[in-house]
Amino acid sequence: MKFGWLEITLFSIVLVVVISAIFVRGKNWLEPGFWGVFAIVSSLVMFSVLWLLTFDTLKKISFGSARVPSPTVINHKIGFEYDPDKKRYMPTIGEEELFFGKKWSEQEATQLLTKGKLVIQSRNCMDCHTLLGNGAYFAPDLTKSWLDPKWQTMIQPMIGVATKEETMAKWLQNPEYYGTWQRRMPNLKLTEEEAKAVVGYLKFMSAIDTNGFPDHFGKSAATF
Amino acid sequence: MKESKGLYESQKLAIGYWIVAICLFGVQLIFGLIISYQYIQPEFLHKFLNFSICRLLHINSMILWLLFGFIGGIYWFLPLETEREVVGIFLGKIAFIVLIAAVSIVVLVFLLVQIGKGEMLTLWFITEGREYIEAPRWADIGIVAVFSIIFFNVFASIWKAKKLKGILWVLIVDLLAIIGFYIAGMFFSPNISVDQFWWWWVVHLWVEATWEVLVGVLVGWVLMAVLGTPRKIVEGWLYLEVFLIFGTGILGLGHHYFWIGAPEYWLGIGGFFSALEPLPLVAMIVHAVYDAGVHRLKTINKPAFFWIVAQAFGNFIGAGVWGFMHTLPQINLYSHGTQLTAAHGHLAFFGAYVATNLAIIYTALQRIRLPEESLLDGTLWKWVFIGLILAMLGITAPLTVAGFAQTFIERAVGGSTWQAYIDAQLHPWFKESMIWRMGFGIMFFVCYLLLVTDLLTIGKRKATHQQ
Repeated sequence: MKFGWLEITLFSIVLVVVISAIFVRGKNWLEPGFWGVFAIVSSLVMFSVLWLLTFDTLKKISFGSARVPSPTVINHKIGFEYDPDKKRYMPTIGEEELFFGKKWSEQEATQLLTKGKLVIQSRNCMDCHTLLGNGAYFAPDLTKSWLDPKWQTMIQPMIGVATKEETMAKWLQNPEYYGTWQRRMPNLKLTEEEAKAVVGYLKFMSAIDTNGFPDHFGKSAATF
Repeated sequence: MKESKGLYESQKLAIGYWIVAICLFGVQLIFGLIISYQYIQPEFLHKFLNFSICRLLHINSMILWLLFGFIGGIYWFLPLETEREVVGIFLGKIAFIVLIAAVSIVVLVFLLVQIGKGEMLTLWFITEGREYIEAPRWADIGIVAVFSIIFFNVFASIWKAKKLKGILWVLIVDLLAIIGFYIAGMFFSPNISVDQFWWWWVVHLWVEATWEVLVGVLVGWVLMAVLGTPRKIVEGWLYLEVFLIFGTGILGLGHHYFWIGAPEYWLGIGGFFSALEPLPLVAMIVHAVYDAGVHRLKTINKPAFFWIVAQAFGNFIGAGVWGFMHTLPQINLYSHGTQLTAAHGHLAFFGAYVATNLAIIYTALQRIRLPEESLLDGTLWKWVFIGLILAMLGITAPLTVAGFAQTFIERAVGGSTWQAYIDAQLHPWFKESMIWRMGFGIMFFVCYLLLVTDLLTIGKRKATHQQ
């Protein structure tokens, strides 16, 4: 869709007013029927616009689109940098890097992410954490968790494995043992396979274009 | 309940729904207290009933009890509107029993099984793991089936009474929309952006569109019952509210699409329309003040009347003001996913929906316990009224302060990382707020117990006295 938000907004409002005005000609504005017309027209117009935008949005957020990358993005280095053109932070997809020591084919990566998403839902992650900012507020937001400096500065030395993905997978299987502060994540009995899938999902999620949310993630001097 | 003679079968069913609703209200509060204490003492029930499970039960029991209250309201007023018994009432009673059995099973599974393996089977039988609609898939299908039966009851009754117009017309369309939007939340997608896109279709379009309209219908009926507001005025206002609620709320859905991966145009559309969402709530205030003024506060039902006024103001302040506070994208970029949302949620649900349900129940109690046209009043309800409102403000205010701390320290300054999160959580603005919130939560629970006492006793003594 080529239109911007302002055109869509004005178009839908003008449409409601014009169509309603045609139908209420001659009606007294103090009669309930007058407002009944507005009620029907505004519901129909706004819902139709929502449907059109839904089709457009679903196209733009499918796997492999400009905004939501293909699952194979886990084979790449991911970053989050300020984009001077867009005036906001954007995920960057860089050179290839192995994930758990291998390069994942499209099919393998899709399977991994499907598993990861199922694990995330089956453990009710959203009832403590936020994903893309949605969920509960008892634990940190996971939108860009893959890029969190704490994995390398604090957790990796504690666990003592070679890569970030292994660190995360190990930690997820035993979060209580490697506590970070007094509010501890409970052990959700993740198998090794499930933990790997969740890490894959977190890496994938950090590459989604979220219109700059969360702003300057990991770039503050206060974070380590 | 005694003295229920002269009631339609449908109205007796309504009483059943309300009894379950008020019990679930208690369940909601108990789990709310547990999670508020877990913020202060995270080791409390750790490993047995983790925060996630209690929080899930807190929000799901809320949705259920509010829905039960609304359904009760529909079954209560429908025979009065159509002047006949509800068609298919036997089916409606079976649906009620099925619903209670299903809810009990779901709650037991949540409590005892809690989590499952990462496979589809878990989503079908244990939890769907999507906030607010965690109920497993089988229960989702059950909910749609039960709602379809209720829809049949409503539609068939109205059809037979040949009264498909005015308020009932709005009710029919709105019930259809409620069922339709719920179905949008019943599938799995590995793509989290797609998943959350449809998930908000359910959560937003229910709470910020169809529920608001349903409440408009119910409040209209209550106004006619307790103030004798003329039908024509109620209808006019209801249409105006539908116009404003759907006109702003449908595309207002966009304020949930800012950061989930959806295109940039949602920033503008969502920001603009959701900023207008308080409009219908202002209309409600005007409506309530106008009605109260016209009738010089003369009513046959003091508690219902006061709760309706509280509803108008609570809805406007909780949903309107507290929502507007963080709905614009330039603010939401930093306030998204903080306790500010929790503050808004608490005040909005209380103002818009809890107050409505209490008003409906008191309206029915007047009819059940007192002779026609005599005044339902007492002392206890006033304490409950003031107590619940103060306690809710006492819960909202600290959550707002905590949200402010998070927005400022974690999001704006700290850049939202794990450590930034911890820094905000350890800040006095946050830590002390959690203690205040817990305190007012206890006060709310005490008021709830008084509310139950009042609902069980109000009007009873007076009735004997008058006889």
